[in-house]
Amino acid sequence: MDIQLKRGLLDVCVLAAIKNEDSYGYQILKDMKPYLELSESTLYTILKRLENASMLKVRSVEHEGRLRKYYHITKQGLARLEEFKEDWKEILSIYNYITREDSSHE
Amino acid sequence: MNKEEFLSELRTKLSGLPQEDIEERISFYSEMIDDRMEDGISEEEAVEGIGTVDQIYEQIMSDMPLVKLVKEKVKPKRKLKAWEIVLLTLGSPVWIPLVIAAIAIVFSVYVVIWSVVVSVYAVNLSFAAEAVAGLTGIFICLKTGNVPGAVFSLGAGFICAGLAIVMFFVCVAITKGVIKLTGKMLTGMKTAFVGKE
Repeated sequence: MDIQLKRGLLDVCVLAAIKNEDSYGYQILKDMKPYLELSESTLYTILKRLENASMLKVRSVEHEGRLRKYYHITKQGLARLEEFKEDWKEILSIYNYITREDSSHE
Repeated sequence: MNKEEFLSELRTKLSGLPQEDIEERISFYSEMIDDRMEDGISEEEAVEGIGTVDQIYEQIMSDMPLVKLVKEKVKPKRKLKAWEIVLLTLGSPVWIPLVIAAIAIVFSVYVVIWSVVVSVYAVNLSFAAEAVAGLTGIFICLKTGNVPGAVFSLGAGFICAGLAIVMFFVCVAITKGVIKLTGKMLTGMKTAFVGKE
């Protein structure tokens, strides 16, 4: 897949993984695994980028005597997801145009 | 490799980065390994699954903007002591002119190199002008009935035209060479400044 396209998709996918409930790094990776294989380092970069864009917030929660970071989606994050849906509609209509049945050139 | 070994190796490898970045990375990978182990994966395998320290380092380097790297290099590792600040301030009449001189030297080297390029083009242009002058000279000579003069003018015009064409390729080659050279100089200065990792 095209690198730029994939990069944009990864950000949205991570947002989607935390949109219903807060989640932590390992859980996000596991949830995404059937759709997209990510390395830990890639996930770190994405989370950092999303945090800097204030699309998610981080909080540390104690778990089994250690700290675990939970990621919480913000309003901006949810807005980004909505924006993605709109973008995708546009892309779909372009896709339909590109792959339309060829009838005029028989 | 166990978790402790992995994290300390990673810490050493990342030591050139900003301190807070290192801590954040370490705690992220530490959490990842712990969560994998909690999921029933052995410590050894959990560490292996993260990837090698070198792989992580390479990815971080490719993600990190150059400006941040340079900033980290320039930033003093500790706070300046009071006497050092005093010394820096008192010494400013000495070191500021030195810095300016150093910049001036680098600048003048650039000027010298590029003036060579400019002069080569000027020579080329004069050949071209002479070629045009020689060829128009023929008509003036013919009008006054000066046939030997016309022949001379024709020859001179052709010679100059030929030289101008040959010189043009020399000019292009020299320009390309100079661009390469100045590029190398810039990289050289950057390496001297940042230092090799």
